[in-house]
Amino acid sequence: MDIDFNAAYPIYEQVIEEIKKEIVRGELKAGSKLPSQRKLARRIDVNPNTVQRAYREMEQRGLVETKRGRGTFIKDDDQVMVEIKTEMAETAVFNFIEEMLSLGFKKENILNKVEANFNRRKDNE
Amino acid sequence: MNENIIEVSNLKKKFPGVQALKGINLKIPEGMITGIVGPNGSGKSTLLKIIIGLIVKDEGQISINRKNKGRHLMKDIAFLPEINHLYRWMKISEIIKFHEEQFTDFSTKKADELLDFMNLKPEQKIKNLSKGMVARLKLILVLSRSAEILILDEPLAGIDPASRERILESLIGEFDSANQSIILATHEIIEAERFLDYVIFMEAGEILLADNADDLRAAEEKSIRELIGEVFE
Repeated sequence: MDIDFNAAYPIYEQVIEEIKKEIVRGELKAGSKLPSQRKLARRIDVNPNTVQRAYREMEQRGLVETKRGRGTFIKDDDQVMVEIKTEMAETAVFNFIEEMLSLGFKKENILNKVEANFNRRKDNE
Repeated sequence: MNENIIEVSNLKKKFPGVQALKGINLKIPEGMITGIVGPNGSGKSTLLKIIIGLIVKDEGQISINRKNKGRHLMKDIAFLPEINHLYRWMKISEIIKFHEEQFTDFSTKKADELLDFMNLKPEQKIKNLSKGMVARLKLILVLSRSAEILILDEPLAGIDPASRERILESLIGEFDSANQSIILATHEIIEAERFLDYVIFMEAGEILLADNADDLRAAEEKSIRELIGEVFE
């Protein structure tokens, strides 16, 4: 995990984002154990309190569960994976549309471009 | 959730010709790294020095919620002064020994590990050290103690970027949030920004703002640096 921190956005949220990405990419498997808070803090060079908050938030959001004395685990639950993917997809689409709108494109135009891109991909296959 | 390690109410201090602290009210949370940020002359140092008892207050209350009630205050607080307070004629090894005798919670083993990490050698003489080296040594002396409260006055001021990075790395690596609270005063937060749990903005003897760093980022969608720029304009 290598985080290029954005100082204008809560750092614990950025830690959560990174962990989610690792889950979606399959680097962290469902049911597997997360590194200890201290270890992760050292690895990504953040305050241990920040990692603690990230873990606490993830637990509240149902992404992970803490087993007393054994550590924190990614929930072994397909629903959780689906939710993470859906959420990340929504963010990606949101960012894409924001960027296109800021470039001055209208909805119709944007949709056409997406369609055209898909067609080109099909042709290249 | 978190208790407060230090609570200050209506703290006032006047120096000839200047009201250094104008009735400060403040709560510093336990188990966190708190940054007191403000321009030179804002009263940060005065506040810290009054907390540890180096300067006498004119008015107000300070309570320090230590676990070891009854022991001498300086046994539980490790203080890093802004000035170079080390004897120039001593070798690093002698300074270490001096601290070991001075403080029962000082670990020479830890000091040796940190010396190694900070690229300092025990046989070096203080008078031959660069500013960055002195800054690193001062931090080692503080981090080698297992004090409940670490108070660092400008630990990064005027130091080269490489030393600053080392200092922050060892600070964060050694920080034991279950048993320790760190308070650091700084007039520039650049590299320290991401490590701060809690920030207090001070100017002209007053507190302008005090809040959790990540909550401030979430509320303002700005970095602490940007906020400082706005607050002190």
